[in-house]
Amino acid sequence: MIETPTLWFVIACLGLGSFGLRFVFLGMIGDRPLPPWVLRHLRYTAVAVLPGLVAPMVVWPAATGGQPDAPRLAAALITIGVGLVTRNVLAAIGSGAAGLYVGLYLAG
Amino acid sequence: MPTETVKSVYWKGVRDAAPFILVVVPFALLFGVVATEAGLNVVEALGFSVVVIAGAAQFTALQLLVDDAPTLIAIVSALAVNLRMAMYSASLTPHLGAAPLWQRALVAYFTVDQSYACSVFAFEANPHWTLRHKLAYFFGCVSPICPFWYLATLVGALAGSAMPDWLALDFAVPITFLALTAPMLRTPAHMAAALVSVVTALALSFLPYSLGLLVAGLAGMMTGAGTEVLLERRGIRT
Repeated sequence: MIETPTLWFVIACLGLGSFGLRFVFLGMIGDRPLPPWVLRHLRYTAVAVLPGLVAPMVVWPAATGGQPDAPRLAAALITIGVGLVTRNVLAAIGSGAAGLYVGLYLAG
Repeated sequence: MPTETVKSVYWKGVRDAAPFILVVVPFALLFGVVATEAGLNVVEALGFSVVVIAGAAQFTALQLLVDDAPTLIAIVSALAVNLRMAMYSASLTPHLGAAPLWQRALVAYFTVDQSYACSVFAFEANPHWTLRHKLAYFFGCVSPICPFWYLATLVGALAGSAMPDWLALDFAVPITFLALTAPMLRTPAHMAAALVSVVTALALSFLPYSLGLLVAGLAGMMTGAGTEVLLERRGIRT
């Protein structure tokens, strides 16, 4: 059982800490110009963080106890393929979801 | 497009982020359910989601508290899971850094995976947007996401029953993020960054507290920047 004061202490610390992480650059730097090499790195933040975030979820899904799963792998590849070709986020989500459900149905 | 008003850009953000409701709702429902099972009451579960507003970090902290880990370990681990938010903050700075401090503070509070990914995608696709357009779009993205985060936590805590397995909602997060990322892979530099990120994240997935992701993110960013410089030197436009 979690003690109530402990819980609220953790919630408060996490709230402050998470806000700090989100505010650190946006708040402190503001509109001061950043050096070109920093900007060059920041251009790739999204494509460098999001794929790494989901890669383990795709290869070792928690729902299968970490076992690689053909329908989920196929759905991920379909999503990437449709996203690359159509450049359309919704089309990619729709195709990926359709692929997942068809795959799960075929896998029984 | 000169016809774009701040209002129309706000609603574009709302529409673009609306599909994420499908991701956020099951995730928050699940948090509400798990929190209730861990002995939290409704106010405590909702407080968690409103104050921290970061799913993965909330699950991490809760799990460690349930496992009787030291309080400090629970806090530090959950914050480590959230370190990517600092990278998001840096990435948003060139776009939104000129906003007044209170608006930047609001943006910071509402910076979550979905609002960040949606906004950066749109900012890159619409370089002509002014600061007001960009802010309107960001808060447009937040509008369908964050209220549902709170609400679904509340419902999960009140209902306390899990989602049916056949929906395979665990995979909503990977599919939506892959769908957002793939269209961003416009240049060889973007592709190289994504590839290095995936390989590094998988290779370092044994590291605790998502530290592998932090390394993967930095490695990906350095790869992207390095490839861009290399291609520019060879006179290839990126």
